Amino acid sequence: MINFFRKTFVITELEIRKIFHDPTEVFTRAVQPVLWILTFGQVFARMHVMQGHGNYLDFMAPGILAQSALFISIFYGIAIIWERDLGLIHKILTTPTPRTAVVLGKALSAGMRTLPVMVIIYLLAILLKINLSWNVLNLFGVLGMVILGSMFFSTFSLIIACLVKTRERFMGIGQLLTMPLFFASNAIYPLEIMPDWLKVVSHVNPLTYVIDALRAMMLGQQAQFGIALDFVILILSTFLFVMIGGALYKRVIT
Amino acid sequence: MDILVTKDLTKAYGKVIAANAVNISVAQGEVFALLGPNGAGKSTVLKMLTTLLPPTSGDAFIDGNSIRTQPNKVRKSIGYVPQMLAADGSLTGYENLRIFAKLYDIPSAELKQRVNDTLAFMGLADSAKKLVKDYSGGMIRKLEIAQAMMHRPKVMFLDEPTVGLDPIARKTVWEHIMQLQKEYGTTIVMTTHLMEEADEICRRVALMSNGKIVATDTPANLKASLNKPGATLEDVFIFYTGNQKEDEDGGIRNISRERRTASRLG
Repeated sequence: MINFFRKTFVITELEIRKIFHDPTEVFTRAVQPVLWILTFGQVFARMHVMQGHGNYLDFMAPGILAQSALFISIFYGIAIIWERDLGLIHKILTTPTPRTAVVLGKALSAGMRTLPVMVIIYLLAILLKINLSWNVLNLFGVLGMVILGSMFFSTFSLIIACLVKTRERFMGIGQLLTMPLFFASNAIYPLEIMPDWLKVVSHVNPLTYVIDALRAMMLGQQAQFGIALDFVILILSTFLFVMIGGALYKRVIT
Repeated sequence: MDILVTKDLTKAYGKVIAANAVNISVAQGEVFALLGPNGAGKSTVLKMLTTLLPPTSGDAFIDGNSIRTQPNKVRKSIGYVPQMLAADGSLTGYENLRIFAKLYDIPSAELKQRVNDTLAFMGLADSAKKLVKDYSGGMIRKLEIAQAMMHRPKVMFLDEPTVGLDPIARKTVWEHIMQLQKEYGTTIVMTTHLMEEADEICRRVALMSNGKIVATDTPANLKASLNKPGATLEDVFIFYTGNQKEDEDGGIRNISRERRTASRLG
């Protein structure tokens, strides 16, 4: 067990060292969420669409943070295919490292990749005078949920990569998934105003629970489903996906 | 018992039998090569022995441990240098080794020393802090061998270790592999296309054709068996494997991979 987590952290260390050698990626990733908040967010705020929900920018910022976690993580699988084509995976799989530890380590590093974006979104939120909660517990909660959400979606991505095996097919499926996942969530509009069918879809979309918890903790509000429930759902679904990913991981090399 | 023994090791992909009842046995400290044309099944055998592919039937034992039932024990006693890139170009040579030392459970107290020793052994100490993408082809190969020897494996598997290297880089890579064998008694099992190198370096070779082992012996005995004065290992190769049909499927992926490896190391 100790060995399992040690190996997990070694895989994460490998990825973090890569980020430190070339941090440009981290900053280019921040462009998209900043644009969403500055353009879409500011324009929509002027439409006063959120009667009874407070300021739209407040509402939206946590949604965009979750969106960043989703967008950064959902294409993580392409790195797995890339490493497979290069041969790195083969070498790692011949070391005494549990497959599940490799998957979990990769997932954790996807979480680390989202953290700089989180910092940038917080800075932007301060500039735009969004009513942030500075409660320490809330801040750690946001940190935890961002990592957990990224872990879930990157593992999801890894599972797809293990199944489709080629870059071209993966890109197609990745594109196909991101927008529906984003729109079928409470990221940029509340659940209550959705048509019934969309409400149903958004209730089985883990992104909804990520956003519910982030919104509650970033703004210091009451969560719709309850923060505890949000975390339980994310932890359970991430656990399940890591297990599936660990079982499928060896398939990527054949 | 020999350090490496296979018992009817077989891998089938649907109807295609990539490795057909392969029986080889390699003694401790031996330098052994699998020879054969493209698609003969060498890499498949190597992937099964390194626990990357589960066999369809049969088994293999490395240091007494089964690749089927004790893969984790096997992984502790082997090192593997794949034909493709195994070092991470965006990290330094030192970092690459450090990560692998940890993956091979080298205690943290010895970690630094072991990494530095290995770098020195492979003649890479001066480039330790350089990013691997700035390494030459020969240096990358040496680093990959270094990664695979961090834990002093009993058996080292090398898949086409000198493909795409220029003659000088090739020579230094071989020197390091031989030094590894001499200093640590490491058993070397490799695949290669280069008959001259195999002839010079290997104690024994096995020739593969259409997934089967067609001959296993010392290069000298194999050459003598042809009853032709001045026969080379290449003649032996053609004699035993010349009738193999060109592999039709999966060709382009393998070729593009090989070319890529070659251009990366060039």
